Amino acid sequence: MKVEPRRIQEFLGFMVLRLCIGVVLFILAVIFFDIISKGIGVISWEFLTQPPKDGMTKGGIFPAIVGTFAVTVITALLAVPFGMGCAIYLNEYAADNLFTRFIRISIRNLSGVPSIVYGLFGVALFVEGCHFGTSILAAGCTLGLMTLPLTITASEEALKTVPRSFREGSLALGATKWQAIQTNVLPYAISGMLTGAILGLSRAAGETAPILFTGAAFFLPDIPNSVFSQFMALPYHLYIMSTQHHNIMLVRPIAYGTALVLIVLIFTMNLFAIILRFHLRRMKKD
Amino acid sequence: MIVKPKIRISNFNFYYGEAKVIKGVSMDVHPKYVTSIIGPSGCGKSTLLRCLNRMNDLILSARPEGKIEIDGVDINDPALDVVGLRKRVGMVFQKPNPFPKSIFDNVAYGLRVNGVSDKIIIERKVEQSLKGSALWDEVKDRLKDNALNLSGGQQQRLCVARALAVEPEIILMDEPASALDPIATAKIEELIVELKKQYTIVIVTHNMQQAARISDQTAFLMQGELIEYGKTSDIFTKPKKKMTEDYITGRFG
Repeated sequence: MKVEPRRIQEFLGFMVLRLCIGVVLFILAVIFFDIISKGIGVISWEFLTQPPKDGMTKGGIFPAIVGTFAVTVITALLAVPFGMGCAIYLNEYAADNLFTRFIRISIRNLSGVPSIVYGLFGVALFVEGCHFGTSILAAGCTLGLMTLPLTITASEEALKTVPRSFREGSLALGATKWQAIQTNVLPYAISGMLTGAILGLSRAAGETAPILFTGAAFFLPDIPNSVFSQFMALPYHLYIMSTQHHNIMLVRPIAYGTALVLIVLIFTMNLFAIILRFHLRRMKKD
Repeated sequence: MIVKPKIRISNFNFYYGEAKVIKGVSMDVHPKYVTSIIGPSGCGKSTLLRCLNRMNDLILSARPEGKIEIDGVDINDPALDVVGLRKRVGMVFQKPNPFPKSIFDNVAYGLRVNGVSDKIIIERKVEQSLKGSALWDEVKDRLKDNALNLSGGQQQRLCVARALAVEPEIILMDEPASALDPIATAKIEELIVELKKQYTIVIVTHNMQQAARISDQTAFLMQGELIEYGKTSDIFTKPKKKMTEDYITGRFG
C-alpha cells in the first residue's frame, strides 16, 4: 500500500514539534537537577534564619531573603496600581490616535530595555535625583519601573478579554463609564490583571542588574530597619558567591543553596498567581 | 388625530470614518407604537437604532450629522447628558447579554447604578420588572441563581426586565429574537405587544413575518437610505416602491 505524502508530512511535522518541546524540557530538567542536587545539602533551618558568618563562608542567607522580600513589596506598590491604572486608561478611555499609538509602542519598547539600563537610570533618578540614597526604596522603585511595562501590557490584555457586550449592557442601563468599568469590567479582568502582575513581580525578584547600584549590599550583618537602608538580596548574593568571593570553591554550596531558595521563592509566587487565577475564575462562575 | 412624535429623525447622516452608512434618513416614531426597521444585512438598521441611545459613541471613528430629537430635544447636543438619555432609552441587544451575576442582581443593576439603594424598593422593582417581562413565574424561586444558567429565551427576557427596571420611555431592540428558537421567539413577540401599552418600541428585525406580526409602523432601509416608511399593513400589502415590494416578496436580500 502506498503511503500518501501528506501523511508523511504530518508525521514529520509532529516529530519536529515533539523534538522542540523535548529539548526545552530536557534543558530545564538538567538545570533543576543540578541546582537541587547541589543546593539541597546546605538547606537547613540555620541557613534560612541566620546571617552569613566567618567572612561569608558559613551561616545563612536570612538578610538576603528579607531584603528580596522587602524590595519586592516596594516594587509591587509601584508597579501594580500604576500598571493597572495605565491599562484601564489606555484600554477604556484613551482615543485611538497617533499619540496613544505612540504611547503603546513606547510601552512595548520599554519592556525590551536591558535591565542594567534601568539600573543606571535608577541611580540617576531615585538614588541621586530623589535623594533616596542607595536603599530598598530606590531599588524597589527601579524594579517597579522595569516591571511597569509588563504589568501594563498584561492588564490591557486581561481587559480585552472582557466582552464588549458587558460594557454596552451596563451603559445602556444608564451607568456611567466608570460605573460600567467598576462593576462590569474590572471584576472579570482582575484575575488576569493580578496574574500578570505577579508574574512580572517574580521576574523582578530575580533581577540583579537594577539593584546592583541602587541599594544592594555585599554584606550586612543585620536585616534592614527602614526603606532607606541598604539591603542584601538573593540574586545579588548569588552573584557575589559565584564570582566575587575570595574563596569561591569553598562557598560554592552556599551559592547553590541561595539559587535554590531564589527559585523556590519565584516558583511560590508563580504558584500563588495560578491559585489566585483559579480561585477568581471559580468565583466568577458562581 | 395628530400625535406629537416621540422620536423625530430629520435628515440624519452617520459616518464610520469616511464611510457614510446612514444617508439622509428622516422619520417620525410615534409614542406607544411598535416601529420596526427592516432591510438586508449591512443596510445600516442596527447603526440607526444605536444612534437613538448614542451607543455608537463607543466607536471612536463614528460621527453623526443631522438631527435626532426625542420629545423635541436634540440628543446629539454636546451639552446633553448621555447617561440620562440611556436611562430613558433602554436597549435589548441581539445576543442576550446577561451579566454573570445572579438573576436578581442583573435586574437590580440599573437601579443600583442610578443610585437606588433602598432594599425594599429594589426588591419591589425587580419583581415588577420580571413580571413585566413575563419571566417572574419561571425564576421567582431561584433569584439567586446565576443568570447564565437560564435558557437563551429566558436570558433575553431577563435583559428586557433589566431594561424595564430603570423605567425607560423608549425600548430599542436589536434583532432580539434572532438567536432564539421559535417558541422563545413567540414569547418575546407576545411580550413586545404587551409592552407597547406603556413603552415606545423600536425594533430591528431580519424576520419580515415578525415585523408584520408585531409592528404598527415599518421602515424599510437599504444601503443606508430610507426607502419607504409607513403603516405596517400598507408596507406589506401595497408597497409604493418597487424596491420594497421586491424585498418583502423575497426577490433579493
